[in-house]
Amino acid sequence: MRELSLHILDIAENGITAGAECVHITVDEQRDNNRVVISITDNGPGIPKKMIETVTDPFVTSRTTRRVGLGLSLLAAAAKRCDGEFTIDSAPGKGTTVTAAFAFDHIDRAPVGDMAATITTLMAGNPDIDFLYIHKINKNDFSLDTVEIKRELEEVPLNEPAVIHHLTELIRKELEKLEPKN
Amino acid sequence: MAKLSIDDLKKIKEKTAKDISLRSGPSNIKITVHMGTCGIAAGARDVMSSLMEVLAESGRDDIRVVNSGCMGMCSSEPNVTVEIKDQEPIVYQLVDANKMRQIFKQHVLKGEVQTDFALGKI
Repeated sequence: MRELSLHILDIAENGITAGAECVHITVDEQRDNNRVVISITDNGPGIPKKMIETVTDPFVTSRTTRRVGLGLSLLAAAAKRCDGEFTIDSAPGKGTTVTAAFAFDHIDRAPVGDMAATITTLMAGNPDIDFLYIHKINKNDFSLDTVEIKRELEEVPLNEPAVIHHLTELIRKELEKLEPKN
Repeated sequence: MAKLSIDDLKKIKEKTAKDISLRSGPSNIKITVHMGTCGIAAGARDVMSSLMEVLAESGRDDIRVVNSGCMGMCSSEPNVTVEIKDQEPIVYQLVDANKMRQIFKQHVLKGEVQTDFALGKI
């Protein structure tokens, strides 16, 4: 994947397809510490113990439309080649947490990319799911919680194009504010 | 933790709430953007952003947009399926932001299937 944000979109879609109602996404750019850690947690059905050991094997998938499963394998490989780690923590009935860490300055590390597009694409296609998105750059952070947004919007759906457009702009502005000032 | 300001959302709510109260019944058009790993790697996110833009421009409120997984046709991703009531669903292949605009304007709004981009009927 060309951006870490595309991996995030992919893993979050996995969880939703598996039946999650709530997805937490964290991007933690510890630039002073030369690390970037992304994590995606869902409250879906979880992965059986037997399968979890083989989940990053591209030839293991629960899907039937094709016989290869690349999403987690690609993320695991991306983390590994950037002096990072990949972990997956899951149990049936308890949901799944996927974490991938990268060396921030590794030459093979893909850019974080367009997180605003990733988050609003998730909202646009899955308006019934609750998303919590937290982004940190060093000590600055911000969060966006669709539960709060939905409460504010009342009867207006989350995937109303005007809302999606507005939130995309808003996230972009907030991310700019997180950037360290030189 | 710094939180996202949601003041502006109130304004959007006031603006759109009036239109929404006029909405009648279920939507007749469904557009599916296929978002498997293959679709995402091939550019499905840009397709979705472009679709939300043209949808906003059109002002139509009877069109439903959804994400779904891989159809098994990974080499033809990004795929988009357009389902209009009482018509056969059409799957488009190798869609990008521009093709998405054209599909929306010609097929969804005017009913002209864009056969050049079509993968087939379901």
